[in-house]
Amino acid sequence: MTTQTDELASLEAGLDALGTPEVTGPSRARQVWSATWPPTLFVLLLVAVWQAVYTAEVVEAYRLPSPLDTLAALGDQWESGDLREATWNSVSRGALGFAASLLIGTALGLLVGRVRPVRRAVGPVLSGLQSLPSVAWVPAAILWFGTDSATIYFVVLMGAVPSIANGMVSGLDQVPPLFLRVGRVLGARGLASARHVLLPAALPGYVGGLRQGWAFSWRSLMAAELIARTPELGLGVGQLLDLSRQNADIAGVIAGVLTILVIGVVVELCLFAPLERRVLRRRGLLAAVS
Amino acid sequence: MTVLQGREGAGVQVVDGGPAVAVRGLTKRFGAGPVVLEDVSLEVAEGEFLCLLGASGCGKSTLLSLVADLDQPTAGSVEVRGGKPSLMFQEPALFPWLTARENVELALRLRGVGRAERRARADELLELVRLADAGRKRVHELSGGMRQRIALARALAQDSRVLLMDEPFAALDAITRDVLHDELVRIREAQDLTVVFVTHNVREAVRLGDRVVLLSSRPGRVVKEYPVGIGQPRRIESPEVAALALAITDDLRAEIRRHGGHS
Repeated sequence: MTTQTDELASLEAGLDALGTPEVTGPSRARQVWSATWPPTLFVLLLVAVWQAVYTAEVVEAYRLPSPLDTLAALGDQWESGDLREATWNSVSRGALGFAASLLIGTALGLLVGRVRPVRRAVGPVLSGLQSLPSVAWVPAAILWFGTDSATIYFVVLMGAVPSIANGMVSGLDQVPPLFLRVGRVLGARGLASARHVLLPAALPGYVGGLRQGWAFSWRSLMAAELIARTPELGLGVGQLLDLSRQNADIAGVIAGVLTILVIGVVVELCLFAPLERRVLRRRGLLAAVS
Repeated sequence: MTVLQGREGAGVQVVDGGPAVAVRGLTKRFGAGPVVLEDVSLEVAEGEFLCLLGASGCGKSTLLSLVADLDQPTAGSVEVRGGKPSLMFQEPALFPWLTARENVELALRLRGVGRAERRARADELLELVRLADAGRKRVHELSGGMRQRIALARALAQDSRVLLMDEPFAALDAITRDVLHDELVRIREAQDLTVVFVTHNVREAVRLGDRVVLLSSRPGRVVKEYPVGIGQPRRIESPEVAALALAITDDLRAEIRRHGGHS
């Protein structure tokens, strides 16, 4: 009997070794390199084309600055302290607005996802709101709240909350019914089921919603800052951009656009992309990056 | 006698003494649809390995759901001795956000087992299914057979005397399935479990069961019972297993023919 058990054990060990998927991806450095060089090359190409168009004088210089002029404008904005102040103001507004959207959007998503009457009534409206550009709320917000921070936060909320809530709803919808059955067999009911089965299972969709929610927060914030520009609101990146426009400073304008782009991309690359990758990789939902 | 569910006098009752599982006059109909199970009565003795066999539409899975108290019968009663039974599905249905070990620990945690005891018990269970070294792996890093063994460890973590299995090896390759048959027999003996095993694979039923019950389809009824009476360890290729499987297959085919309209 013992030899039989031993035989079974060794047979099983062999089978396990054969059946375990071999994970031999490229090294981390290689992965980063292969993900970085194509977009870098493309951006360099764009800058080269830009420089060529400038040199060929296809457009008058007051309409199109050279890449170097733009860099110089960025440097000036940095030197004067405007850029630092504006970046700090905008990023902190964006973070606060996103945090508020996160709380409201998550609660709303849970309600819509799990309470049938709420879903039938609110679900379609929420989907509709997602396709409404939140900048459309700026005039109304100015009339309601005046040129106050409240205006800016309201617009950010209207931009990000539907994305986050819809992400939560689609995350909940994607939970395999079998998981809930297994949870019930294991004795998970009510809150325990939500905590140990439902919410973790909904996480991938939710994280996708957060990522989109941040993109919408940032866009909405910039739209609001561009339109609502008063001394009380202080200087944000959007306001800095509009200031350059008023001064007919095209290099400053392009510098402003680049600043907005870079901040958005940096937050995405440093925060949301790794978060999503981590969630997906742990679940084996991310194929080995080629 | 503890009554878990009292609705309509049916539902699952947890009892002490008597057979491990007693199903009496069980009928199930979903709404106004066809009758899935009709007047099914079965007793499973303590420590018995019972295989339920039938073609598609015999209500095997429905029967298990009723015994597991995941669904309510239309008529009849289910009694389970000594606590809620555990249940394994065809898919391992392990939670992919947890490691193999955490999957087992979650079952213990949901029963209110304390942290230290959870660790110790999870170690024992992983050892039992011979996956002590795979505890830190995630679900996608395990083979199909390993996943099903972790699912078995998770089911055993419920510390129930009765294990219900719904075609648990149907999705595995033949070699792995064969090895898991040996494993299941070993673990069932070591843990002194009562097993109700649903399958549509006749040889698998004869390989594993102390008794095989053949169910008819649409509606599911008990057609015939076969005591197996072949000593364990058995091999699925052995002539004794093959001979009984042949006899049961003939009965099963006769049963299926009735549905073809040529009587």
